Amino acid sequence: MKTLKTYPLELSVNGEWKKTEVSPEETLLHVLREKLGHNEVKEGCGKGDCGACAVLLDGKAVNACLTLALQAHRQKVVTLKGIGTQEKPHPLQESFVRRGAIQCGFCTAGMIVSAKALLDEKPDPTRDEIRRSISGNLCRCTGYKKIIEAIEEAARKLKRSR
Amino acid sequence: MTMEYFSPGNLSEALSLLGKWNGRATLVAGGTSLLPDMRANLLKPGVLPELLIDITRLKDLSYIKRDGKVIRIGALTPISEMASSRVILKYAPILADAALRLGNHLVRNRATMGGNLADASPAADTAVPLLALGAEIVMEKAGRKRRQIPIDRFFLGPNKTVRKSDEMIKEILFPKPGPHARMAYLKLGLRNAAAISVVSVAVVVEIEGDRCEKARIAFGAVAPKPIRAYGSEEILTGQEITEPLIEACCERARSEVNPITDIRATAEYRRSMASVLLKRAIQKAIRAGRE
Repeated sequence: MKTLKTYPLELSVNGEWKKTEVSPEETLLHVLREKLGHNEVKEGCGKGDCGACAVLLDGKAVNACLTLALQAHRQKVVTLKGIGTQEKPHPLQESFVRRGAIQCGFCTAGMIVSAKALLDEKPDPTRDEIRRSISGNLCRCTGYKKIIEAIEEAARKLKRSR
Repeated sequence: MTMEYFSPGNLSEALSLLGKWNGRATLVAGGTSLLPDMRANLLKPGVLPELLIDITRLKDLSYIKRDGKVIRIGALTPISEMASSRVILKYAPILADAALRLGNHLVRNRATMGGNLADASPAADTAVPLLALGAEIVMEKAGRKRRQIPIDRFFLGPNKTVRKSDEMIKEILFPKPGPHARMAYLKLGLRNAAAISVVSVAVVVEIEGDRCEKARIAFGAVAPKPIRAYGSEEILTGQEITEPLIEACCERARSEVNPITDIRATAEYRRSMASVLLKRAIQKAIRAGRE
């Protein structure tokens, strides 16, 4: 019986360099969750429709389920926990909590990653730009209105603090 | 089953691997179509490729530029860059419109121009404006001269193209539209974002005085591949564009499309909407020229 061929993978997750061995068909999502313990990255559909697995790859929001782990070799990945933690939350996370933009919570990690990518690029987005920026993130509780308001509020807060 | 992986650092290395492993290797760029397919086939023996050639490190093939009278797009250019490129917005806004309707923003950051064409979905979003712009596709293989194929001869059917398994798309190019060119793109999906086309249409007309000197009309998701509607184009060509002429052109489109019924729409609905969207697109193109 043939054994699975593996390759070395080095990647920075939330600023910390990690090393592991992966096989070619393994997705970045699988490696983050199963090998590196990043359970804050969620698996929804597994085929790029829902955005629950969104992470920043070299600053761009992407679906970790559609990215081969090896494609992230020597690159920088940022997950929800790299944006902010419970002790030191990012303004987006604070606004999501205060605005009630979380219902079941499954889409939240991906929503915040997409919103972070937007605010990094456009600190003063229009409502339309916000809506477009989360067009790849499905909220099955359909709580979009509060999510959009939370992103608007975080943008205002970040602007004041600059 | 064991799969191998290689991530070449330049084009000639990629082509030589593709030649050496001919038929057993698959190119992967953004992976937005390939990965769901691989996942679906994971348990089927003999379906998965033996080698994945990851071409995302070929950064030289990610560009959008105007080169005299030609616009050139590298195969590895992400779809997200098409939507915001100044060159594309200036010379081919219909291509930016279509790019902005492809998948969603997460997918657009990964998906590439070459991948969207090589995948050859009948609903391939960027194929429709490229057909209307008269684009050509440049392919290369190891040890051979590159070949350049007009895009209307590139697609063969669902997920099938003239690209050989040892060839790679290197570049997409189209002539810079002339000063009299007017264009429009419309897509009908079941949602505003993350929607596969039910019907999409692109129109490029060149109008001098009152006469339509040249017309290219393309449809997506209404045939086994993205198509040109040559008969409808002929009705406009050389004529003054009037309401009855537009009606005749759109009526003709009904017989040029060959749609199927699927979960998104019935064949009859697609046929009707192809005609309706074409009318709106022609009117929008003409208005765009007046503004």
